[in-house]
Amino acid sequence: MSNSDFEPKIVGFLCNWCSYRGADMAGTARIKSAPNVRVVRVMCSGRVDPIFVLKAFKEGADGVLILGCHPGDCHYVEGNYKTARRVPLLKKMLEQLGIEEERVRLDWVSASEGDRFSSIVNEVTAKVKELGPFRVNERG
Amino acid sequence: MAKLKLALYWAASCGGCDIAVLDINEKILDVAELADIVLWPVALDFKYHHIEAMEDGSIDVCLFNGSVRNSEQEKIARLLRQKSKVMVAFGSCACFGGIPALGNFTNRAEIFERAYIEAPSNNNTDRSFPETSVKVEEGELELPEFYDTVLTLADVVDVEYFVPGCPPPVDLILKFVDLLATAQLPPPGAILASEKTLCDECERVKEEKKITKIYRPHQIIPEPEKCLLEQGIICLGPATRGGCGMRCIQANMPCRGCFGPPAGVYDQGAKMLSALASIFDIKEEAEIARMVDEVVDPAGTFYRFGMSSSMLKRKRM
Repeated sequence: MSNSDFEPKIVGFLCNWCSYRGADMAGTARIKSAPNVRVVRVMCSGRVDPIFVLKAFKEGADGVLILGCHPGDCHYVEGNYKTARRVPLLKKMLEQLGIEEERVRLDWVSASEGDRFSSIVNEVTAKVKELGPFRVNERG
Repeated sequence: MAKLKLALYWAASCGGCDIAVLDINEKILDVAELADIVLWPVALDFKYHHIEAMEDGSIDVCLFNGSVRNSEQEKIARLLRQKSKVMVAFGSCACFGGIPALGNFTNRAEIFERAYIEAPSNNNTDRSFPETSVKVEEGELELPEFYDTVLTLADVVDVEYFVPGCPPPVDLILKFVDLLATAQLPPPGAILASEKTLCDECERVKEEKKITKIYRPHQIIPEPEKCLLEQGIICLGPATRGGCGMRCIQANMPCRGCFGPPAGVYDQGAKMLSALASIFDIKEEAEIARMVDEVVDPAGTFYRFGMSSSMLKRKRM
């Protein structure tokens, strides 16, 4: 399969208070974005256990997108800072496990940023398309 | 009561688990009282064909230590499974992959290149590698196939009980022997250790968990009473099953995770990564980058004993 007809499956974890509403805003405003992100609503980006990310890859995702409130805006005050520390460390570990760090994207989208949501989705989809499908090869 | 038949086997292991069985000291006589040993490669001279000649299910208990990294180990695991009523994954390697499973960050080709070409003691100019079969004048010689991926015992056969530890501590072995002798073993699938995390059992003083710098064990002499994580040392206690007796913690060394993930946790490494990142008291991007640098080998540290049983099992390559 050439990369041009490869449609990646991307799991998106969106926080309830900002990013999910940002995605909603993109929809209400009829902003077009790539259809590749499957959205899972979580109460806070801090709820995204690194296990969720590994599990997404294990179950066949080609990429993972985590979106939360902008730093300082977290509904739970500190949640997104925890995510901001976890994801870079997780990316370092994923590289050791042979998973390109670009397959995981962490960013911040507020409830009013429908256009920003859409452009992040388009960017991450293009990036994962470029990387190609993720290989699940348990026995090596 | 007829004596039990007991088999002990080692696969990809260091031999430490077999030594741990002997570490029960004079209680080994109780074991000899309770059971006839039918296979124990490290100590007794029984052969595979003795086992093959036995009826299926005629061994009462098999204590299998070591992970499965080649075809001989897989074949013997299957044979012992067929002949044994109760199969026990004994030690961290059989339970989770253990130290040999760090080989899952690489593969056969890379390991062979390192072991038979690059290692300084080699003089292997014609690049010969172990083959599974070689023809010589006298006939054909066979070697087991070396796998790309190190497997746990449960990846290969059904397992009734798991006794973790590197090696399993003496009191855990005695507990198992006692449960066996009194026919009180729990339902199959049980892990014979604590249901709680190591942190839960640890007696060190724990205050607010906030750190700003990570120290590797050789960079600091830790205070003996205070939580090691709070002193900036990566201790796997929050993501590791308890029941080990805290041998490392009492020696002022951090937990390295040999008891595997606690109940309800599917991936020890990811859980530990999450816990460690959470307690860092920093917010700036540059500071976060410094933290990432200070965790020198996240995968090797967080999955030191658990690579084979982790969510992703091995490196993608």
